[in-house]
Amino acid sequence: MSTNAKIETPPTPAPVEKIKVKVDGREVEVPKTMPDGVTGKPVPTTMIQACHAIKVEVPHYCYHPRLPVAGNCRMCLVEFGTPAMGPDRKPILNPDGTAKILKSPRPAIACATPISPGMEIYTNTPNVRFMREGILEFLLINHPLDCPICDQAGECKLQEYSVDHGQTSSRFAEIKVHKPKRVDLGPRIILDDERCILCTRCIRFTRDVVGDDALGIVNRGSYNTITAYPGKPFDNNYSLNTVDLCPVGALTSKDFRFQMRVWFLKETKSLCTSCGTGCNVVVGSREDRMFRYKPRENDSVNATWMCDHGRLNYRWIHNPERLVQVTVRNGAAATVSDWKSAMPQLAARLKSAAPGTVAVIGSARQTTEELFLLAKLARHFQAVTDSVPRTGPADHLLLNADRNPNSTGAVFTGLAATPMGSNLGKIAEGIRSGRIKTLIVFGEDVTRHGIGADLLARLDLLVASDILPNATTKLAHFVLPGCAHVEKRGTFVNVKGHVQKFMKAIEPKGDARAEVEFLKELLPTVTGWTAPRSLEGLFNQMAGEIPALQGVTWAALGDTGVRVQI
Amino acid sequence: MPQEYRQILKYADAPGYTPDVECYLRHGGYQILKKTLEIEPKALPDGKSMSPAEQVRDQVKLSGLRGRGGAGFSCGLKWSFVDRRSGKPIYLICNADESEPGTFKDKQIIHKDPHQLVEGMIISCFANDVHLAYIYIRGEFAEGARILNRALQEAREKNFLGKNILGKGYDLEIHVHRGAGAYICGEETGLIESLEGKRAYPRIKPPYFPAVLGLYMCPTIVNNVETLCAVKHVVDLGPSEYAKIGTPNNTGTRIVSLSGLVKRPGYYEVEVGKVTIRELIYDPIFGGGLRDGRQLKAVIPGGSSSKILKAGERFKLKRKGPDGKDVEQELDMLDLPYDFDSLIAAGSMSGSGAIIVLDDSTDIVAALSNLSEFYAHESCGQCTPCREGSLWMSKALHRMANGQGRKGDADYLLKIADNIPGGRTVCAFGEACSWPVQSCVTKFKDEFVARGTQDEERRAAGSK
Ligand SMILES: Cc1cc2nc3c(=O)[nH]c(=O)nc-3n(C[C@H](O)[C@H](O)[C@H](O)COP(=O)(O)O)c2cc1C
Ligand code: SF4
Ligand code: SF4
Ligand code: SF4
Ligand code: FES
Repeated sequence: MSTNAKIETPPTPAPVEKIKVKVDGREVEVPKTMPDGVTGKPVPTTMIQACHAIKVEVPHYCYHPRLPVAGNCRMCLVEFGTPAMGPDRKPILNPDGTAKILKSPRPAIACATPISPGMEIYTNTPNVRFMREGILEFLLINHPLDCPICDQAGECKLQEYSVDHGQTSSRFAEIKVHKPKRVDLGPRIILDDERCILCTRCIRFTRDVVGDDALGIVNRGSYNTITAYPGKPFDNNYSLNTVDLCPVGALTSKDFRFQMRVWFLKETKSLCTSCGTGCNVVVGSREDRMFRYKPRENDSVNATWMCDHGRLNYRWIHNPERLVQVTVRNGAAATVSDWKSAMPQLAARLKSAAPGTVAVIGSARQTTEELFLLAKLARHFQAVTDSVPRTGPADHLLLNADRNPNSTGAVFTGLAATPMGSNLGKIAEGIRSGRIKTLIVFGEDVTRHGIGADLLARLDLLVASDILPNATTKLAHFVLPGCAHVEKRGTFVNVKGHVQKFMKAIEPKGDARAEVEFLKELLPTVTGWTAPRSLEGLFNQMAGEIPALQGVTWAALGDTGVRVQI
Repeated sequence: MPQEYRQILKYADAPGYTPDVECYLRHGGYQILKKTLEIEPKALPDGKSMSPAEQVRDQVKLSGLRGRGGAGFSCGLKWSFVDRRSGKPIYLICNADESEPGTFKDKQIIHKDPHQLVEGMIISCFANDVHLAYIYIRGEFAEGARILNRALQEAREKNFLGKNILGKGYDLEIHVHRGAGAYICGEETGLIESLEGKRAYPRIKPPYFPAVLGLYMCPTIVNNVETLCAVKHVVDLGPSEYAKIGTPNNTGTRIVSLSGLVKRPGYYEVEVGKVTIRELIYDPIFGGGLRDGRQLKAVIPGGSSSKILKAGERFKLKRKGPDGKDVEQELDMLDLPYDFDSLIAAGSMSGSGAIIVLDDSTDIVAALSNLSEFYAHESCGQCTPCREGSLWMSKALHRMANGQGRKGDADYLLKIADNIPGGRTVCAFGEACSWPVQSCVTKFKDEFVARGTQDEERRAAGSK
C-alpha cells in the first residue's frame, strides 16, 4: 500500500496526426490512426469510426469495435468522395475555393474503409438507403421471423434495423432455407441456425479474443451453417459472450432462454463479484428477481467481456435458505428478533467488551465501506483483524486467481492482515487461550478457516452477519442478515486498484439490511464515532482517511471507476 | 481470312509432342529462361542501373500484356503494385483453378505443355524476386496436378528449379496445391485463403490487396496460367514485337474456349482483336456455324458470368480509323472484334475467353435457371447480397422453369439482381451471379413475361 497516494492516469499516448473529413456535410477531425480493437496497435481510422466521432450511427451487423473487421454483412455500405487531384497532385478547387470532390462510383463498407484527408462520407443518400433496404431484405428472406418466441426480441438488431430500414411486406415468393434448430452447441449455449445471419462475430470472438478456434462455418452460400467441431462441445470460460455478441437470437444462453422477455428487465449497473477482476456488468432484474448478468463496457477492466463462471454465479442470491431474520441466541435457545430490539442489546454487549479481547473478521467480499466501518469498530477495541483469502485457477483473459472481489479494499481499510489470512491462526489461538472473548464475523464461515465450532463455543460473544446460513451463523449470539451486492450500493477495489461502484438492483430479502446501515447504527453507541449519513458521504470520508484513496470521490467514480495505485 | 495464331499452343497438339521435359527441350524449351538469367544489369542515362528483374518487369509492362484470368488487368501494372519494401517475401501464385463455366483453355496447357507454364512461372518469379511460388489447381484436375508435379520434378532434376538455378545464383521452388472443388477458389483472395488452409472466403479490399497483404500477409502476385505462359513469349520476342501481335491495347494471343450449339466446339488460339465473334462462331476453321436449320439466339461472350449478347444487338464503338483518328462505328454484335475493349464497350466482357453459343432451340428461362443454380451453389456465402441473392434468383428461376412462373417474375428477378452488384459484395462473384440475370431478363424480357403469363393463365384455368 502506498502512502503517497495518487490517482493513476493512463500514460498519454504519443500525439497522432489528425485528419479532417466530412460526414454528411459536417466536418470532423479524427486521428489518422486508432488502436486496433484486439491488438491495440495503431491502425488507420475507418469511416465508421469517423462517423461515430460525430455521433452518426452507421447501421452494422458484423462490425464490432473489439473484434477483427470482417466486412461481410454489407449493412454499413456508404457513399463517399475524395478531393479531385490535378496533374500537379494538388487538389482541384471549385470556383468558390472549396475542394472539388470526386464522388466514388462504387460504395464502400464504412467498417473497413480507411479515411483520407478531405474525404466526404455520405451515410444517408437515397442510394445508401436503397442499398441498406436491399441488404436488410436479403437478411430477412430466409429468416424464420419467430420473434414472438425469440429471446433476442426487444434487443435484436434485425428488429431494430427493420424499424428503420425495412419494408412492411415481403416480396419473397420462394420457400425458405431450413437449417438446424435447437443445436446443443455446448454446456451453456443453444444455437438456432435459421436465425443466424452469418456475421461471424461469434467465430471471430472465440478464435481471436479467446484463442479457441472452436466455431466455424460449414456448407456454402445460403446454406452456410455455424457449427462447432463434430463431437466437440463449445465449452470455454467465455462462451456466453457470443450470446451477447450475436446480433440476433441465434445463440441463446441455456441459463436465460425463455426465462423473461427482455423488455421487462430493469437494467442496473453493477459488478461481478466472482473474482478480483471486477468485470463491469449490467444486472437484469424484474420485480426483485435477478435474471441475468451481461458485461458492461469498461476499457480499463473487462473491455466488453466477462467470464461464464462469473456470469452464472448469481443463483445464490435467490437461494430459499437466505438469512432473512435477525436472530438472537442465548445458550442453546435461539429467538427470532428484529433490528429494533436486537441492536441496542448488541450495542450494550459490545460496549462492555474490553480492548484487546475482540477480533474482527471481515470478508474481502464485503464492500469497501463495510470494511471501513468494521475497521473503525476494530480500532476502537484494538482488535485483531483479518480477511479470508480465496483463490482458484486464473485464466489468460479475465478470470483472476484471487476469487475475492475486494481484496484490495480489505487491504486499504487495514482490515486484512499482511498477508491476508495470516492473523486467522492468531485469532484461533487467542480464543483457545481465552484472551479473545468476542468475535465479529462478516461474510465468512470461520469454521472452514481454522476457527472451529469448538473454539466458537468458548466465546462470550459471537456476532455474525451473512447472507446464507453456515456453521458460524448457527453458533452466533447475534445473526445479522446482510445483503447481496445487487441489493445495495457500494464499492470494490479490484486487483489492479480500480475503484468501482455498483448500484442497487433489487430489494433485500425479508429483514435483511445493507450492512453499512446497521453498522452505522452500532458505531456511535459503541465507539462514539458517527459515520456520515449518506453512502456518498461515507465513501468520501473514507477516501479522505485512506492514503491510497486520497482525492477520489464517489462522484468521480462515475460508471467505470477510478484507478489508484496499490 | 481469319486464322488461328498458335503461340502458346504452338506445339500442344503437334503429333508426337509429349509433356515431358526432353520433348520440351527438343522444342527449344527453357531457352528463354536461360536468356532471362543471363540478362546483365543495364546502365541508365541518369547513372542509375536497372536490375535484370526490373528489366523483365519493364518488358512485360511495355508489351501491354493483359491478364487472361478474367478481369483483363494489365499484367505489368499489377506487378508494379507489389510492395517491394516490406522486407517480407514476395509470393507468386499461378491461378489454375479454371472454374468459369465454358472455360477449358488452361487445361490444354497443363495437360499438353506443362513445362511452358513452368518456364513462364520461373521467368515471372525471377522478375519479381520471388523464391517460393504455388500452382493452385482446381481439385477436379487430378490428372493435371499429376502432370504438373511430374514436370516440376523434371525441372528440379535439370536445375531449372531449386537452388542456384543454372548456376546463376537464383533460387526458386514451386509447389502444386490442389483445391477441393469450389469455383470461388478461383477468385484470387479466396484462393489465397484456401492456400493458407482456410475456407475460401474472399478478403475485403481494402485492406487485403494481394500485392501488399496476400499469402500469409505478404506481397503476392496472382496470375492466370495463360498469362504466365504469355510472359515467356514477351521475353522471347521483346515487348515491341510482342505488341505487334493482336491489336493496340489488346496485345498478344488468346485461347478462346468455344462451346454451346456450334458444329465445332473447341479451343482456338487467335490474335486478340483480329477475329470477330462471327468468325469464331461461323468460320469453318473455328466453330463451323450453327447446327443445320438453326438461328442464333444469343452469345455469352466471356465465360458464364459475362453479360449475354442477344442476336441482332447493335453497338456503337469508337475505333481507330486507318488515319489514327477515332471513328464511331455501329456494329452488329457478331462483328465485334474479340478483344478486351470492344466487349467492354458492348457492356459485357471477354472475361476468361469462353464463348457460349445459344441457338433458337434454347429455352432461355431454363438456360438462365441452370446458370443461376451454378452460382447459388458456388457462392461462398460470406456476404449478404450474394449469399441470399444468388439462391433467391435461382429459386425463382427454377420455379419459372418448372411451370410456376408469374407475370411479374421478370421484374421481380431484376429487382433482386439489381441489389447485388456494383460494389455491394466482398468479391466480384456478386457481379458474376447477377450480370447473367440482369442481362438475360432485360434482353429477353418478353420471353420471361410470356412464360409467367402462360403459367398464371394455366393455373387460373385450374389445370395446375
Ligand atoms: C468468382 C471469381 C472466379 C474466378 N475464377 C478464376 C479462375 O478460375 N481462374 C483464373 O485464372 N482467374 C479467376 N478469377 C480471376 C482472379 O481473381 C484473378 O483476377 C486472376 O487470377 C488474375 O490473373 P490474371 O491477371 O493473369 O488474369 C476469378 C475471379 C472471380 C471474381
Ligand atoms: S450465430 Fe450469431 S454471432 Fe454467430 S454468425 Fe450467426 S448471427 Fe453472427
Ligand atoms: S473474470 Fe472475474 S470478475 Fe470477470 S466475470 Fe469472471 S469472475 Fe467475474
Ligand atoms: S460476393 Fe459471393 S462469393 Fe464473393 S465473398 Fe460475397 S458471398 Fe462470397
Ligand atoms: S458492418 Fe458488416 S460489412 Fe461493415
